[in-house]
Amino acid sequence: MEYESKTTWWLQALRSGLIGGVVAVLVSLVGMVGTFHERDIIAGQITMGQTVLLLIVIAFTYYSSRGDESTTPSTRLTSGALTGLVTASFIVGLILLGKAVNLREVFVNASPALYKILTFDMENLTAAYLYLLLGGTVVGLLTAMVHLIPSAWRSAVINGLGLVFLIALLQDLIRVTLTPFPAVTKALAWMFGSRGQEGLSVVGAIIVFLVVTLVNYFFTKRGNDMRKRIQSLPKATQQSLRWITWIILIAFLLIWPRVAGTYLSEVTNTVGLFILMGLGLNIVVGYAGLLDLGYVAFFALGAYTMAVLTTTGGEITSNFQWTFWEALPVAIFIAVLAGVVLGIPVLKIRGDYLAIITLGFGEIIRILFLSDFLKPHFGGSFGIVEIAAPTVGSLTLNTPQKLYYVILAGCMLVLFVAYRLRDSRIGRAWKAIREDEDVAQAMGINLTSTKLLAFATGAAFGGLSGAIFAAKLSTVYPHSFVLLVSINVLALIIVGGMGSLPGVIVGALLLVGLPELLREFSEFRLMIYGAILIAMMLNKPEGFIPEAVHRRELHEVEEEDNVTQTATA
Amino acid sequence: MSNILTAENVTKRFGGLTAVGRLSIEIPEKSIYSVIGPNGAGKTTFFNCITGFYHPEEGDIIFDGRSILGLLSDQISQRGISRTYQNIRLFSNLTALENILVGQHALLKSTLLGPIFGMAGTKREEAEALKEAKRLLAFVSLARKGDLLAKNLPYGDQRRLEIARALASKPKLLLLDEPTAGMNPNETEDMTKFIRRLRDELGITILLIEHDMRVVMGISEKITVLDYGEKIAEGTPKDIQGNERVIEAYLGRGSAAQITA
Repeated sequence: MEYESKTTWWLQALRSGLIGGVVAVLVSLVGMVGTFHERDIIAGQITMGQTVLLLIVIAFTYYSSRGDESTTPSTRLTSGALTGLVTASFIVGLILLGKAVNLREVFVNASPALYKILTFDMENLTAAYLYLLLGGTVVGLLTAMVHLIPSAWRSAVINGLGLVFLIALLQDLIRVTLTPFPAVTKALAWMFGSRGQEGLSVVGAIIVFLVVTLVNYFFTKRGNDMRKRIQSLPKATQQSLRWITWIILIAFLLIWPRVAGTYLSEVTNTVGLFILMGLGLNIVVGYAGLLDLGYVAFFALGAYTMAVLTTTGGEITSNFQWTFWEALPVAIFIAVLAGVVLGIPVLKIRGDYLAIITLGFGEIIRILFLSDFLKPHFGGSFGIVEIAAPTVGSLTLNTPQKLYYVILAGCMLVLFVAYRLRDSRIGRAWKAIREDEDVAQAMGINLTSTKLLAFATGAAFGGLSGAIFAAKLSTVYPHSFVLLVSINVLALIIVGGMGSLPGVIVGALLLVGLPELLREFSEFRLMIYGAILIAMMLNKPEGFIPEAVHRRELHEVEEEDNVTQTATA
Repeated sequence: MSNILTAENVTKRFGGLTAVGRLSIEIPEKSIYSVIGPNGAGKTTFFNCITGFYHPEEGDIIFDGRSILGLLSDQISQRGISRTYQNIRLFSNLTALENILVGQHALLKSTLLGPIFGMAGTKREEAEALKEAKRLLAFVSLARKGDLLAKNLPYGDQRRLEIARALASKPKLLLLDEPTAGMNPNETEDMTKFIRRLRDELGITILLIEHDMRVVMGISEKITVLDYGEKIAEGTPKDIQGNERVIEAYLGRGSAAQITA
């Protein structure tokens, strides 16, 4: 790649432009631009449909003008402009083609409305084409310029733009959240589009961008100084600083449902359940390297155990009527048992074969719950209803805001366990198996017990998640436990960073939280999802937050140095 | 001096090919013993039979007075046999220290609950394991490199780290598969001294596969020569150097006559 960018930078730029153009045309033809056009990003100025096209141009020019240290500014600018121009010319080409041939027979979305959006509603088409081509080139140039400014400013500008986009995207949510605080709503009225308009106002967008960029810049600039100053503080002060950070974080997590309201709490709860599952699967896949595609089975078993033990009505024959807290340990235990039972036959199976077998296992569990044979016990496709909600004293935790605390407690607990296990003897054995199973065994690691422990621990977390899931919905159906759940959990681990605990949280927020918030675009959800995964694997295969290297030696050495310093002083 | 390892008529076949045939070897305790032979002679296969990677079809392997035939490689490791590999096989995404800590796995006891509840016993055990790992790291002259990922270490360091990892399980018998492969003369010299130190200071019996004849002749007390899976000679370095069959195996038929002529 490096010599390529030196010798034939223009080919690189051309290629990026071609790919960008194809993507832009595709996005237009599948109807994304049309659907997204109904929402404003900046009220009355830019719609989300146009933003999507803009983002495509920006992404591909950013990539093509990236180059390396030796790339001259003029090369960067030229390749940026070239990429932008080529991408824009594809859009022009699409409009020309659409005017000449009736594309609608194949692409339903290639309607006059689409061309109207693409030509910015202009009467004079030639002017519109010129406008598009010029626009593409200018956007390309501007994007390439981002590479020319110092890196501290660059990330600040990118974060600024990103946040403007995000706030504009989620503005109705932010507004709804702010309704209980009329004073704040009034104070921030200038930020958003007025009189029912969506998106940010022009002034709002500019101010948000400036504030975010400047704050970001000064924080990254001051960040190093701050870190140094904190490190030079005495140990006790550092420790208490760390405690204060923790307390603030926990306080924020505790008041979150009050701030967030019902809908956001509901979304948070779903994210939380996926974090639980992600942490469990992370032990199996991320730590021990055992590719499990049937993880949903443990989630299902936890949910159905909870359902059978606590249900108070419906068609099924059981009559336990336990409380949530009585049923919870049993649900986890059943999941662990299933983890071990699945683990034993697959001990000797590796890689792809393991993936296929676990995939089968996941489907078997779902089909068993769906079957007529077990209908008297599990209700077949009607599932089980009237599952008890958790209670604390006389308080029934049946709203999203209240259930949040159960899920938060679960996440904290599981996070703590996963964190403690990571650097323990067992955690090291898991990672050794991931790296080289034969050598790990020759180092004295008992593969049977170590692998079973991984399956069992992972299953326990999945079972916990499933049990809470059943109580949260108060009903369970077999179709909640499809293969896609397993794949979602695996994808969030990969995007977050295999084996990384913060990665699981980030992955869940991105792949579960964001799509929940953008439900109106749900028809394109899988497409965007796929695009993110491909981009991720190409550019950052280690994930957003790669697994951290645990430094044991230097840490100790520093401490020793400190001791000797204080001793000499 | 008693024998720490005795192989009796060990035979390993792959389909029709006999990789190791009726091989008998007796390795005295605290000796440095070499197995040499041309490429494909069955040396590494023999190592794999001892460490439980392969299970021989015939014969018996007795270690420390008990047969280890049919045991899994982790059980064999716990009996006190440890090894390195011809192509280095470190846990590449773990740090150097973690590699050594994994080597101590069987000597440590903690399971799930100890680390989760941060029990005192587990903490003490971990602290001691870390201390021991650092000691081993210093022993192989890798001090202060403990936090580097194994894959980022230079080649020579990786070889030594692999030995440190093997030593971490406190073996009585250490199998080294071409420890000086790919090293320059200086590094080879250092490695030779290091191997001798292992035996002299730690009292570990060393079984060595090696191609560098200067190393083999310099440190071995006894040598077995394999060719096509069979033992063609056995004895002290001096015996081997003059052995006609050995020269023929390495250089081809008739070579011995030319050299002696």
